Amino acid sequence: IKEEFVPFLLNFLRDQSSQTLTHGPTTPAKTPSTSRSVRTQDFSDRRGNKSTPIQTSRSASRVQLFSPAPSVSPVSGRGEQETPFTGSHCLSGVSALSSPSFSSAWSPAPRNTPSERRSAQRPSLGDFMTSPPEAQQHRGRRRSGGFGGCASGRQTGPRGAVSEEGVRWDGGGRRSRGVGRIEPVSPPTQVQLNFNNLEDFPPVGAAQATKPSRRINPTPVSAERPNSKPKSCFISTPLSLPASPPAIPESAGAKLTAGSPHSLQEERELLRKERSKLAQQTSSPLKTTPVICTPTKTVHRQGSKVTPDPQSPCPDPNKVTQKSELDLLAELYCTCISENLVPCVFLELFFVLQLLTSHGVSVSESGEEAISFCEDNVLEKAYLGNVHNCVYFSVRVLENQFELVSHLDKCTLRLLSENERVGTFSSSLKDHLAQAQENCTAKVLPSPPMFVHSVPFQPATDNRSNFSSDRAFHTFKKQRDVFYGFLREWEDSHKEPGWDFEAALGSRVRMMVSQLTAAGSHSHFARLFQKQLIQMCKGPCVLGSSSDAPDADLLGMLGADSLGRLKRLQQRLVQPQGLIGPCPPPSFPGHQEFFKCFLQTASCCQLNQHLKDGLCQQLLKLDEVSILGPDASPARGEETGDGDMEQQDEKQRFSSVLLTARLLAKFLGFISFLPYQTSELPSRDIQDTAITLRSKSSPVLDVCAVLRSSVHRRRTILTVPWIVEFLSMLDHIGPLLPFYRTALCLLLQIYKMLLGRGGELCYMNQLLMVAVLGWLFQIPIFPEDLFFSTDPKEEVKELENITSSQGLDTLPLVDQQLLYTCCPYLGEFRKLLAAFVAGSTSKSGGLIRKITPTSAELRGPSTSRSQQKLQVDLEQAFFHNQPPSLRRTVEFVAERVGSNCVKHIKATLVLELVKGGEKTLRDSLGLEGVNTAKLNDSICAQLCDAGMQALETATSENAPGAVRVLLPLETSPSVLTTAESITTRLATEKACSWLSANITSTLLKREWKSAFGRVMKSVPSSVSLDAEEGEGSNCTHKVPLGSEVMIEIKVIIANWVSEKLYKLVKTDSLKTGGLLMVIYTKYNLMLRNEKSTKLLKGNTQFTQLLSETISYQKCFIVN
Amino acid sequence: MDRVRDSSASVAGEAVELVRVCRAEYRAIGRLTERLRPTRQSIRTLQTQFPHLPPSTLLSIFSQEYQKRMKRSMVRHHAPDVVKEYYQRYRSEAKTRPAAPLLLELANQVDLSPALLARLIVECFLEERQASVASRHVLNNMLREPYLIPDLLLAKHVEQCTVNDCCYGPLVDCIKHAIGLEHEDLLRDKLRERNLSFLDENQLRSKGYDKTPDIILEVPIAVDGHIVHWIESKASFGDDHSHHTYLNEQFWSYCNRFGPGLVIYWYGFISELDCQRDRGILLRDGFPSDIVTLCQGPARSRV
Repeated sequence: IKEEFVPFLLNFLRDQSSQTLTHGPTTPAKTPSTSRSVRTQDFSDRRGNKSTPIQTSRSASRVQLFSPAPSVSPVSGRGEQETPFTGSHCLSGVSALSSPSFSSAWSPAPRNTPSERRSAQRPSLGDFMTSPPEAQQHRGRRRSGGFGGCASGRQTGPRGAVSEEGVRWDGGGRRSRGVGRIEPVSPPTQVQLNFNNLEDFPPVGAAQATKPSRRINPTPVSAERPNSKPKSCFISTPLSLPASPPAIPESAGAKLTAGSPHSLQEERELLRKERSKLAQQTSSPLKTTPVICTPTKTVHRQGSKVTPDPQSPCPDPNKVTQKSELDLLAELYCTCISENLVPCVFLELFFVLQLLTSHGVSVSESGEEAISFCEDNVLEKAYLGNVHNCVYFSVRVLENQFELVSHLDKCTLRLLSENERVGTFSSSLKDHLAQAQENCTAKVLPSPPMFVHSVPFQPATDNRSNFSSDRAFHTFKKQRDVFYGFLREWEDSHKEPGWDFEAALGSRVRMMVSQLTAAGSHSHFARLFQKQLIQMCKGPCVLGSSSDAPDADLLGMLGADSLGRLKRLQQRLVQPQGLIGPCPPPSFPGHQEFFKCFLQTASCCQLNQHLKDGLCQQLLKLDEVSILGPDASPARGEETGDGDMEQQDEKQRFSSVLLTARLLAKFLGFISFLPYQTSELPSRDIQDTAITLRSKSSPVLDVCAVLRSSVHRRRTILTVPWIVEFLSMLDHIGPLLPFYRTALCLLLQIYKMLLGRGGELCYMNQLLMVAVLGWLFQIPIFPEDLFFSTDPKEEVKELENITSSQGLDTLPLVDQQLLYTCCPYLGEFRKLLAAFVAGSTSKSGGLIRKITPTSAELRGPSTSRSQQKLQVDLEQAFFHNQPPSLRRTVEFVAERVGSNCVKHIKATLVLELVKGGEKTLRDSLGLEGVNTAKLNDSICAQLCDAGMQALETATSENAPGAVRVLLPLETSPSVLTTAESITTRLATEKACSWLSANITSTLLKREWKSAFGRVMKSVPSSVSLDAEEGEGSNCTHKVPLGSEVMIEIKVIIANWVSEKLYKLVKTDSLKTGGLLMVIYTKYNLMLRNEKSTKLLKGNTQFTQLLSETISYQKCFIVN
Repeated sequence: MDRVRDSSASVAGEAVELVRVCRAEYRAIGRLTERLRPTRQSIRTLQTQFPHLPPSTLLSIFSQEYQKRMKRSMVRHHAPDVVKEYYQRYRSEAKTRPAAPLLLELANQVDLSPALLARLIVECFLEERQASVASRHVLNNMLREPYLIPDLLLAKHVEQCTVNDCCYGPLVDCIKHAIGLEHEDLLRDKLRERNLSFLDENQLRSKGYDKTPDIILEVPIAVDGHIVHWIESKASFGDDHSHHTYLNEQFWSYCNRFGPGLVIYWYGFISELDCQRDRGILLRDGFPSDIVTLCQGPARSRV
């Protein structure tokens, strides 16, 4: 029972606000089934004995609905469903009995045909509004399954339903946005108004609210889920409930707010009131009808945009009612959030922001508001029934959860702090937000090196000796090119309307794969595939950035990174900001789609097996990667400079490892569960068979063991995010298998126990895990019942048995950039707030920040910037075709040399320099009229200079030697030189970044640039360039090329031949032609063994030879 | 000899002008070549029409266009009865006026390359003599060294054909081959001149690479903001047909293995074809002077 408090609270809040929330996707409580049972319980104890028979029948019917084959349920569902409509419920629904009957009526709805679904759906909307408990049930149900029916069922009818079935995995995100956009424009059914018909009047808020993010990816999985679940726990709860109604708030309260007993009392009271209020509401649905009949106009407007109703009230702190209750509620709610008692923390945050930006429907005036809910008891009605209260509540929660909020991105924080409502309701929050925004260390995404598109050919692994036969070698040679051909074709055309992977490439892909099979070179291809996947998809996915080649001129003008920004701007302008909510279903963005489609289309078991092997191996390797923490010495302050520098590297390495692991895990999951994917949830019988069948074979990866070990060794920050990706790919049956269920439960434990308690975990690490886990718990594949039903005690003991005292979890590894890269859906907050701003400006004017592109800004620095970028690109490119060990060596040496330099400087140089500086300072201070500040600056500069020089010499002395020793003897000189110079540069850069951070001044920074330039100049590479200069280039090619002489001679001979032909000269003359041929051939031969280039270059010999021949022939012919 | 010197300077010297040939102009050249025969006169005609283009470029375009034309009409000329007829005509004419450039005339009449016609005639001749199909090898040798042909008069005529044909024949093949090798060598020289170290085809092959561009740079460079890992030298004009063939057989393969690279069409290319820069294939019509190397910034080309 204890667990049921949280879902109850969540649903309660959503019910409460259902009216005022008119925009954006809903934040559905992830508790449909639970909520149902809680509801049930509410009803039952409200109605006491009276409802008992119904209740039993209800639960009976539910059992009947859920457990048997689906073919049965629609019928029964329909039958019951009709009752409320044709019967008395809607209009005279005073009968309390009807509301429970609803619950059974709804469940089969998702399985009905679209039209049925539609009818089932519509009343639910009205119902949703009028009577919270029922609405909750519907919403929960709908959310979990019926959203297809809800949205597309209503608007697109059967088509929508069909296509949803078909598409499943494909580009859920994109589709959804499409639907989302169309949706508001075309509510055809809504036009036919019938005031007596609830379905035609989906309450504005509800209409929007019931299009949850779920609908986006209308996987039948979720559609069928409620039926599929082993509902045992919920079925059983209602029976036990009547006995202990007060237990709910009590125990929950005890658990949640153990620290504040008095508030607990109040909460209990509050909830009790709530319940009775709900009872009354359900008993008076008639009165709600007028409210629902808002003019269609409003419906349209509200539905179509996130723009606030111009008539909507301006939230006013003075109009807030029931403050104390709201405070309590907020506190309660915040405790749930902080303790990770809610399934998805960010979903709740989203909900809170929705409340903040709510527009309140026609209930703007307090008078109307009274009508909107029951009139009987004004005090006990909607706490969140009006905008004032919503905003108040939201601001309270935000205040309470400030730490969480303050870790959002800068833009979100800015939008939030500039939000007028926040300002009016809590100026302190506004100030805090502004402050947090200042502190926010937003980093620009480093543009990934887009130019390296291919996996380099490495003779060590790719030449003939690695293949079993010549044929295999040559087949693979061809297939490599064919594969890239597909990739290019996909890039070119996948965005064209109507383009279909299967239709366009299907047969060719299969042909290619079958040739691989024939040649037995799948392992090679799998490796190529995996490497290419990592290469293209590891970074944050910029959709289509590579597919539409940027205009070359534009690129030249702007430089690559500003072009990237331009692209983003363009995207923002072109794409309307569709809100998809903070929990979109798993998707394959960007190039990932190609790889996914390829695997799907190829459907080659050999390839998949090789890939699985490879992915598993690399995943486990990545999972074991060691990331160094800062030096054990806890001394902070200036000392940390060095540590920070190394830490930065480790952070980058970690983020690279994490992103790679997540990508690989997603594909491993995809391939592993691909064979089991079905478009629809199998019936119960089939499920059982499948479960027995599949639980016998061993899973591809022992997720549980990996998880446990990661907890023990405190490496969850690395392991959990990729395991989440892996599990998000589960098929319908997957989560029901004991093995994966255990894994999911383990994750739940981690979420509730380890993360909820905070503890030693670094905050950002914790945040990332909370975000990805919350997302997992919210996506369709996660069993709905699991979150609130698992027993938190089991396993915890084991998990708590942490053996390692120090692990990754305690290191500050995650930063905001990584968080947002892993969880792009966190950007939804920004969108929501931005949409609100866009809307509210139409009313209040101003506030929209116009982006005016100025060309002036871009021109000046862009050349140098793009030059710099080019250098970086060149450096990356240099490593591309070299063996990987070269890069490792260079990075290692640079890291060590740089670090040693810093240590050296710290130990000796700084002291000397400072002493010298002090002396200078003292001396000059003795003089008159000295500007101290200036002096200080100059000394600082001198210090930096001296430090820089020391650095320069130290790195350029040490780095090249170390590299030379470590690289193979056979390394070619130019490669060696380049490697040395890169190492020196990297080492210097590292040391300098420390220097600039520690002997900092603006002057230094400027100074550093020139110093760096000097360092670069002193680097050996330039020396080598000059070294070989003089020699070699003597050839000026002033002498005609052999081929040209040949052409000339041919002409001459042609003339002679025709002149002299009539003479019919002797055979001997003919031989000149042959002789010419011989000379030509010889010349070519000479060219070919290029050893004799001297001859070619000088050319004189050859020319001489030819002219001799000619004169010889001349004589001959003349004679 | 003066002319020789001039044209050679244009090929080998630094002063190679950018050969900008847009597709429209290329089509215009193509239209003009349709009626031309593979003679030096034709090249001169082209030169007067397109004086701004280097002769070598025009020759290359003409040669490629002419070859396409020959390929199209191949079937027509190779029909057995047609071949018989050509041979009979030659035979009868040879009797009446042996000193006239018989085969050249015939080639002009039927719009066939003289060298190809010579080949057909020799083939017929051998068949007639030996009553069997001559081997390729024998045939090729006879065309290369006409004095091997037993019939002296025919030999003379065949030689006349091969030396007068600008587009076909063993001599032309040899010249083309030489040009290709020369330019590869030129490229290597230029690279050495710039101190850019590289692996050439032979070194690559010995290491077991499955696809080998002319040059792989050991340390990549940047040209015009594009990274270059490999360089392929093409001593021909880059037209649609040849470029697409090269793309599929060579350039993409190089890209797939070694990353982005550079193709030098020494005799120019249709400028519209240079559209895959961002995919890793950069086209140039000469050795680039705007090379950026690692750790150096833009290096100025030496005067």
